[in-house]
Amino acid sequence: MAQGILIVVNQEGGRVRRVAYEMLSLAQRLAPGQVTALTFGDGADATREGLARHGADQVVLLSQPAYQRYSSDGFAKAVEKVVETVDPEALFFPATAWGRDLAPRVAGLLGAGLASDCTEIYSRDDGRLGAVRPIYAGKVHARVAIDSPRQIFSLRPNIQAVTESGRAGGLVAVDPGLDASTFQAVVTEVQQSQGGQLELTEADIIVSGGRGVKAPDNFKVLGELADAMGAALGSSRPVADEGWVPHSYHIGQTGKVVSPTVYVAVGISGAIQHVAGISGSKYIVAINNDAEAPIFKAANYGVVGDLFQVVPALAEAVREIKKDA
Amino acid sequence: MKTLVLVKQVPDTATKIRLNPGDTAIQTDGIKWVINPYDEFAIEESLRLKEKFGGEVVVVSLGPSRVEEAIRQALAMGADRAIHLLTDAELDSAGAARALARACQDEGYDLILTGKQAVDDDQAQVGSLLAVELGLPQVTVVLKLEIDPDAKHIRAERELEGASEFVELPMPAVVTAQRGMNDPRYPTLPNIMKAKKKEVKSIPVDSLGVSTDLWVRVEELTLPPERPAAKILTGDPADAARELARLLHEEAKVI
Ligand SMILES: Cc1cc2nc3c(=O)[nH]c(=O)nc-3n(C[C@H](O)[C@H](O)[C@H](O)COP(=O)(O)OP(=O)(O)OC[C@H]3O[C@@H](n4cnc5c(N)ncnc54)[C@H](O)[C@@H]3O)c2cc1C
Ligand SMILES: Nc1ncnc2c1ncn2[C@@H]1O[C@H](COP(=O)(O)O)[C@@H](O)[C@H]1O
Repeated sequence: MAQGILIVVNQEGGRVRRVAYEMLSLAQRLAPGQVTALTFGDGADATREGLARHGADQVVLLSQPAYQRYSSDGFAKAVEKVVETVDPEALFFPATAWGRDLAPRVAGLLGAGLASDCTEIYSRDDGRLGAVRPIYAGKVHARVAIDSPRQIFSLRPNIQAVTESGRAGGLVAVDPGLDASTFQAVVTEVQQSQGGQLELTEADIIVSGGRGVKAPDNFKVLGELADAMGAALGSSRPVADEGWVPHSYHIGQTGKVVSPTVYVAVGISGAIQHVAGISGSKYIVAINNDAEAPIFKAANYGVVGDLFQVVPALAEAVREIKKDA
Repeated sequence: MKTLVLVKQVPDTATKIRLNPGDTAIQTDGIKWVINPYDEFAIEESLRLKEKFGGEVVVVSLGPSRVEEAIRQALAMGADRAIHLLTDAELDSAGAARALARACQDEGYDLILTGKQAVDDDQAQVGSLLAVELGLPQVTVVLKLEIDPDAKHIRAERELEGASEFVELPMPAVVTAQRGMNDPRYPTLPNIMKAKKKEVKSIPVDSLGVSTDLWVRVEELTLPPERPAAKILTGDPADAARELARLLHEEAKVI
């Protein structure tokens, strides 16, 4: 009978994203039986120790040459083969660009229901899993059940705690026996975007600017605060549309949905589409010179004032505190 | 080249969501319905492909009768005709994909374009599920699409965290559109008039013979917990900034 959870993650150069450990930690807390981690490609072997430490009872490492380059259809077939061997009752994927591409493909092949981008996964009284997923970009939370025999979830990064449980991480050898020349959609090139800025969906602190910042150059002021706080930079949509910052900064219902510990909204009015995308933040801080700005209704802390005075002073105060710490 | 473009009608993003206790769907009275924003990029891209390579753009949309408004709008942007899969039932992604796949199969295609995600359910699944149903390759969250119809070859740039990924694949395929792919056009008045006469073929989902059993079932919808009233600081900016830093350090313990 199907039991346990299969966690499907990607790795680059022997390193997995933190969300892999978040999923393993969560899986161990749910204690459904064996927790298996699956990863792909050159360097997969180097991930074994970390995966085991964070809760993988066993690992499947598809380091065969066929899996050096990502292919959505090829990798989905490989996962299908691993599922035949491991027979898990549930699969977890990260709700990252990679996981959100692969998970529905696997769901289609397995004929199983998928709940995307979950913020909570829990054990139900009937012994199955349930999940909470934000919909309408976070304006609503949906509690969902999956009624197909196998259950698939993708988990939003940056929400679950990471714990170490020191499992064995025993090797399960699986050769899906696939020929890479039959893979149809194949990645041929990856270009890192310049800046090397922290990924917003994984950032612990975000400093975000809106039209109140007034000009692209003024983002330097925010950059200084971000440096002081160890934060990533984000923005409202109009600012990205204007080209003041890269498109990847755009946060909200039609941009990135983020869930940092602290979100600092600077010169952002707090339109419903923007607030939807930040509602998962633990603390929201608003800096705005209009006391009536709707962002203050969404915030935990607010400063009514001119950002060009408040932000540099805040950067200075944060540096002071960090110096003393 | 024949492109099918999948269009979902969703509540306008400015909608404030209302729920009654125990609801498993949102209150829809008074809602303004629009084309899913990501589907506008898919429509625009399919129109550009037609302008470049010739052929036809067919809209496929599944939903209740109100969906026809979104369909007419897509036709006003320039699509040639449409298929409306009619149902009042709330399907899950898999059910919707099965129904849409059947209609696509019957219609025939060189390419299928969808949005990367519907901004109501935020599942981001239907494109991929449709691809599996039809035995097609996929490329999702696409920023840039290059097509060679003679070689039946696609090269696409898709968005990753802090990077771009280039994917090559054969046609036919399913491509899901991300913001940034293009700037969708606005329908002109003459085109709005023309759209009224374009063909919309209505097909009841029940007649398709596909299972619409739910695999993913909503048990409860709730509004997110409200934040406690904000602590608002006013007055001298330097003092307010220092006090904010202190609160973040001592109360929230985040710096
Ligand atoms: C379909 C659709 C989807 C959308 N999706 C998104 C989305 O995903 N994300 C998003 O952000 N928006 C989105 N929008 C746009 C949204 O409706 C708002 O227009 C936008 O969020 C406003 O951006 P803003 O707050 O930067 O600018 P504004 O609304 O212009 O606000 C600027 C703020 O800066 C303040 N300010 C000015 N000067 C100063 C100063 N010196 N010091 C301090 N404060 C100052 C002002 O008081 C004001 O509150 C969408 C809109 C539509 C129609
Ligand atoms: N009911 C529908 N009718 C037509 N297209 C749909 C429907 N549902 C989803 N789609 C398409 O699939 C994409 C992804 O939707 P989803 O998987 O629901 O996030 C949308 O952007 C649409 O292009």
